[in-house]
Amino acid sequence: MSISIDQSKCIGCGKCHDVCPGTLIKINENKKAFIKYPKDCWGCTSCIKECPVHAIHFFLGEDIGGKGSKVHTEKVNGLVRWIVEFPDGSVKTIDIDPKESNKY
Amino acid sequence: MKIERLKTDLLIIGGGTAGCYAAITATSDNTAPNAAGNKSADLKILIVEKANIKRSGCLAAGVNALNAYITEGRTPKDYVEYAKKDADGIVREDLLYSISEKFNEVTAHLEKLGLVILKDKDGKYVTRGNRNIKINGENIKPILAKAVKELPNVTVLNHVNIFDFSVHGNKIDGAFGFGIENDTFYAIEAGAVIIATGGAAGLYRPNNPGFSRHKMWYPPFNTGAGYAMGIRHGAEMTTFEMRFIALRCKDTIAPTGTLAQGVGAKQVNSLGEIYETKYGISTSERVYGTVTENLEGRGPCYLRTEGISAEQEESLLKAYLNMAPSQTIRWLENETPSKANVEIEGTEPYIVGGHTASGYWVDTKRATTIQGLYAAGDVAGGAPQKYVTGALAEGEIAAKSAVEYIKAKVDRHAPLQGSRNAPGINPGQALDAEVPLNISDSNIASHVAEIEKFFQNKKSDFTTEQLEETMQIVMDTYAGGIKTGYRYSENQLKLAKKEIEEIEKLTNKLGAADLQEVMYIYELKERLTVCRSVIAHLAARHETRWHSFAENLDYPEKDNINFRKYVNSRLENGEIKIILRELTAEGQRNYEHQH
Ligand SMILES: Cc1cc2nc3c(=O)[nH]c(=O)nc-3n(C[C@H](O)[C@H](O)[C@H](O)COP(=O)(O)OP(=O)(O)OC[C@H]3O[C@@H](n4cnc5c(N)ncnc54)[C@H](O)[C@@H]3O)c2cc1C
Ligand code: SF4
Ligand code: SF4
Repeated sequence: MSISIDQSKCIGCGKCHDVCPGTLIKINENKKAFIKYPKDCWGCTSCIKECPVHAIHFFLGEDIGGKGSKVHTEKVNGLVRWIVEFPDGSVKTIDIDPKESNKY
Repeated sequence: MKIERLKTDLLIIGGGTAGCYAAITATSDNTAPNAAGNKSADLKILIVEKANIKRSGCLAAGVNALNAYITEGRTPKDYVEYAKKDADGIVREDLLYSISEKFNEVTAHLEKLGLVILKDKDGKYVTRGNRNIKINGENIKPILAKAVKELPNVTVLNHVNIFDFSVHGNKIDGAFGFGIENDTFYAIEAGAVIIATGGAAGLYRPNNPGFSRHKMWYPPFNTGAGYAMGIRHGAEMTTFEMRFIALRCKDTIAPTGTLAQGVGAKQVNSLGEIYETKYGISTSERVYGTVTENLEGRGPCYLRTEGISAEQEESLLKAYLNMAPSQTIRWLENETPSKANVEIEGTEPYIVGGHTASGYWVDTKRATTIQGLYAAGDVAGGAPQKYVTGALAEGEIAAKSAVEYIKAKVDRHAPLQGSRNAPGINPGQALDAEVPLNISDSNIASHVAEIEKFFQNKKSDFTTEQLEETMQIVMDTYAGGIKTGYRYSENQLKLAKKEIEEIEKLTNKLGAADLQEVMYIYELKERLTVCRSVIAHLAARHETRWHSFAENLDYPEKDNINFRKYVNSRLENGEIKIILRELTAEGQRNYEHQH
């Protein structure tokens, strides 16, 4: 899997760059973030969680059976909301309360 | 390239789980005034991390449970017995005791720092099985990082990759690194060093070597730097032949324990037969069973989740978002677990001392065989099933030992009290006038020259990526990778050794455009060094004690007469020398190095 960055949304804050455990994301001359080494992404989603404007989403590569959905998270009323946009345009959201532990 | 000299009391290499906790405990342990009436919090601590401590290492994506905890009615001894049985005897009991006795203490500390732990009505932790407790571990790393940032005497250098130790007369006095984005070379002198760089991924060809090649279990950015630097400086290493292979959800490489323990899903083959009972339930036997079912035509294998309730399914979708979100997406894009069983597969082998027993040969204090160098977490050997809490416990033990060592050497903080902690102090300033400089200018010059050579190699016939792939194919084919069902023979290992040595020679011709690419060259070199040790260890254990983890086709049986021993090694004159050592005695609590 890997990520892609919507540069039209990016405000160049650099937070995604700062947290990536592989330092794979860079900021270009126009102050826009881009992933320099897409094949090296571990898929940890750290950058997605950091981005204040939800410009980053992740997808599963075709080689591991990905079907083209895009995923990102947003913080909504203290909850972590995961938003999955399917290729057919439908959307599913799952809210997680960070103060609650995993059941399993 | 700019050159910067830094000086610190305690250098921690790798700001991951163990590294962060070492910094936290080295400090808290020293807030009480020492005999001279000085606060030892004056000790200067420097963490050097190749990424950024906020989300680096194993904990980046979050974890789902604390896998090592002493639940009510159990004792540390039970844990030691469990780990010993799982590794069929090849463990260091002293090391296991010392972490087991700390699991609950570090857990309480984590909770205080902000980790959410599931509790029942009476306020007791909710357990999963006999040894696990349930948490919301999504933000476990930011919690640790925040605690580190609040410490006044700890400096963190992010995005600096350490690539060599400075060792004189088997005594460490610092390390060399470079900033991958600031064009700076660092020569760091230190009174003591804790190595906490984690284990090694990327030695073997992964399940999906194409676009998703880094969708692996262990962090692909943990490249075995700590092992490699130690090996090259002659540190003794142990049990590199006990490889770790994770049994995972196919393609997403998401954990299976949550399915097995959370909703009680059994391992079944394509005929629907439960096969785990046939092979045994130790960690390696679970992998071996799955491999064997596949080899004998009864694959693929699954975790049987069909028919779980809607409520269970919802909880699973959430639990995976907290630790391995790609699995949830996979379910949503295809069939959810209540409708379809989850296919499982073994990963490529890793070297990781937090799961199996590979790593530095340490004493109970976590001292390595290099004086002044302490090891903690996945980089330290002898204590498998360490997990998060074990890594924290080792961080604490290593920190205490390192502080003790620094204090015994020279009470360096006395004349400098107060000034060290002042804000705005340049860590590069040589504060300790009384301690002679150990890293000479010529030491620095030779390391800088080594790096600059890669910038000059403009026209290389091959790339770092190509050599890395070649290494992975060699290991896969000749050193028991996925391709051979993890099995190998002596003749194959001989070929593996020869080919890895060839690739090692070629790495000197590689070229790089910037320091990040130089880091990739060093990562490759580190992996190759670790590969050589793995091959030597696999060849030395003339038995098959752990199926799949070390499946020696020339010696398919277990040999309790000759191999109830640790297989250790040390690099001497460029060759890996194997040393067989006796096991610790039953219940042994303390162990010192015998040189
Ligand atoms: C995906 C995954 C899930 C896990 N889930 C669980 C779980 O649910 N429960 C549980 O108890 N355990 C779990 N574990 C195990 C546990 O997380 C690890 O055993 C533990 O975190 C290891 O700690 P460490 O400090 O040794 O390594 P890490 O935390 O990985 O730290 C190593 C650090 O060193 C840095 N580094 C590496 N090389 C260099 C260099 N050359 N220079 C500078 N810095 C460097 C790295 O960037 C990293 O920050 C999991 C492990 C993984 C990989
Ligand atoms: S998902 Fe993780 S590894 Fe991938 S780019 Fe984002 S932060 Fe880096
Ligand atoms: S975190 Fe988001 S806004 Fe900030 S640089 Fe990255 S992509 Fe742009």
